[in-house]
Amino acid sequence: MLGLSRNDFLLLLFVLLLVAAAPMFLNPFPEGSEFAQFNAGYPDLMQRFVIFGIFAIGFNILFGLTGYLSFGHAAFLGAGSYAGVWMLKLLTINVIPAIVVSTLVAGVFSLIIGYISLRRSGIYFSILTLAFAQMSFALAASVLTPITGGETGLQTALHDPRILDGAGSVGGNIPAPSLFGLEMRHSWQVNVGDWLWTFNVGYYLSAFVLMIAFYIAIRIFRSPFGMMLKAVKSNNQRLSYTGISPRPYTLAAFVISGMYAGLAGGLMVAMDPLAGAERMQWTASGEVVLMTILGGVGTLIGPVLGAGLIKYFENIFSKINDNLLHQWFAFMPDGLEDFMVTIIHPFVGKGWHLTLGLMFMLVVIFLPGGLIGGLTGLYNRVFRRRSKAR
Amino acid sequence: MDALEVRGVNKRFGGLQALNDVNLTVEEGRIHAIIGPNGAGKSTLLNCFVGRLTPDSGTVMFHGQNLLGKQPHQINQAGVSRVFQTPEIFSDLTVLENVMIPALAHRDGIFEFNAFKPLRKETDIKQRAIDVLEDLGMEDKVDMMASSMSRGDKRRLEMAMGLVQEPKLLLLDEPTAGMSRADTNNTIDVLRHIGDSRGLTMIIIEHDMHVVFSLADRISVLAQGTVIVEDAPENIKGNVKVQEAYLGGAH
Repeated sequence: MLGLSRNDFLLLLFVLLLVAAAPMFLNPFPEGSEFAQFNAGYPDLMQRFVIFGIFAIGFNILFGLTGYLSFGHAAFLGAGSYAGVWMLKLLTINVIPAIVVSTLVAGVFSLIIGYISLRRSGIYFSILTLAFAQMSFALAASVLTPITGGETGLQTALHDPRILDGAGSVGGNIPAPSLFGLEMRHSWQVNVGDWLWTFNVGYYLSAFVLMIAFYIAIRIFRSPFGMMLKAVKSNNQRLSYTGISPRPYTLAAFVISGMYAGLAGGLMVAMDPLAGAERMQWTASGEVVLMTILGGVGTLIGPVLGAGLIKYFENIFSKINDNLLHQWFAFMPDGLEDFMVTIIHPFVGKGWHLTLGLMFMLVVIFLPGGLIGGLTGLYNRVFRRRSKAR
Repeated sequence: MDALEVRGVNKRFGGLQALNDVNLTVEEGRIHAIIGPNGAGKSTLLNCFVGRLTPDSGTVMFHGQNLLGKQPHQINQAGVSRVFQTPEIFSDLTVLENVMIPALAHRDGIFEFNAFKPLRKETDIKQRAIDVLEDLGMEDKVDMMASSMSRGDKRRLEMAMGLVQEPKLLLLDEPTAGMSRADTNNTIDVLRHIGDSRGLTMIIIEHDMHVVFSLADRISVLAQGTVIVEDAPENIKGNVKVQEAYLGGAH
């Protein structure tokens, strides 16, 4: 179905189900309960889950298949964001041109950077991409201020031309990005018993794009082109003695993953029409590397999982403060309570990076294939044991 | 007609003259063996043919086309395939994929952006790969990971990767090293059969004289970077120069 094998089609259906039902199962705790703060089913965070999922899927096409580790993919995310905001300012408040143009701009940008960076491989390639990304960041934050808004960032304004729809001064408010009039920030809230589910327009648009992005990634993974990319990772030298020129293959993979990053950037500004230079910084590039490795390099669904996990930690773990910890351990004797709070304190709130770091170390050391690699291994072990028992 | 014509090839590594004015002519449809003691420059010579090394001087003409200065993938696309001495395979891929890659390269050229065509729809390519693997007695190993195979099997996989491209010239660098006697004989039969049925030109570097004398139509003996004798197999065995080169009797 859809040109996919049975297993891949089932995987696609599974992801479809996951993203479609996310507003419900990401809110497992009733509203107002003690655990409600662990609910992740609010629009802002869910949008981030899928958008960074797209970013990581694209990154995995380059890193997972060819093994080329780019440390500069945030530059394409940022370039896409700026292009998207400009479309929202100049053309129309409708998000479609913004999303399409940001993908294309990132594609052109990655073609140039990829063409130069791919002259080297291994660590030198990584350093080249890092250098390009940091150059882009520095330019965006200073010299290119007329285009990028410098340190304040670029955003939509009341008197933008918007030549296609002229939307602007209606009611004296800056118009919100919309899809043919349907505003991205619009949500429907449904109360089911004590539970509150929020169905957000922007989230479902992003989820729709994620499904397309995921589908394309599966097709690439299962194509002769995808096999050549795996061959690049496995033995680049041999490939050239086999009559294949590795360079255009890696460049194509680089551009594709750059376009995925641009698409993610375009979606970001479609959700919230603001783009800042910090989006291009090396920490943002490093984050997508972490997502991919955490979820499972070279697996189809791993990067999405990794993206979700990291964004969950960033938003949920960082909210836990000492007051909350005291509440949780209130049942203990005072001394012990303080002791527990002191121990856990560095791992939550502002210290969420520490938890993430520990988790990352554990995954890399004990699950070299990432979370998906670990789950597959577990599945195989259980399955084999069962077949042996029979 | 001459398939490969090597004229005056020199290659120097620092103080070592690895190849010294090598001249070689390989006729089309023949199996040409290059033998010689260790360090004679056999592998260096082969590396000059496929673009891994560039000679300091000389020409290598393949069907009237100069191979020197070309990229390895261009040389392969011109019809020259090489079977490596130490298996150079795609160890993270399956045996079948290892053979499908060169088959796709043969059909599609150096680059083809076929990112939306499912690999499993490439039935022709897959069938050709399986046919070649069957010829080499590896049909039961198609789904194995290439890295998990024995060294002998890796050698046979190397051979399959070369043969599936239906090259005009096949370069074999010690194709049977590391193989059992039975596999060696099987390989000889396969090469003999392919040489006869397709009229494929082959250059074979080999230490195993059993293989050399079973296959070769013509033999060149290389010693200290230069061709000392080029003759038919029956004239090589008794040749004084050859015995000197191998046994060092000249002193």
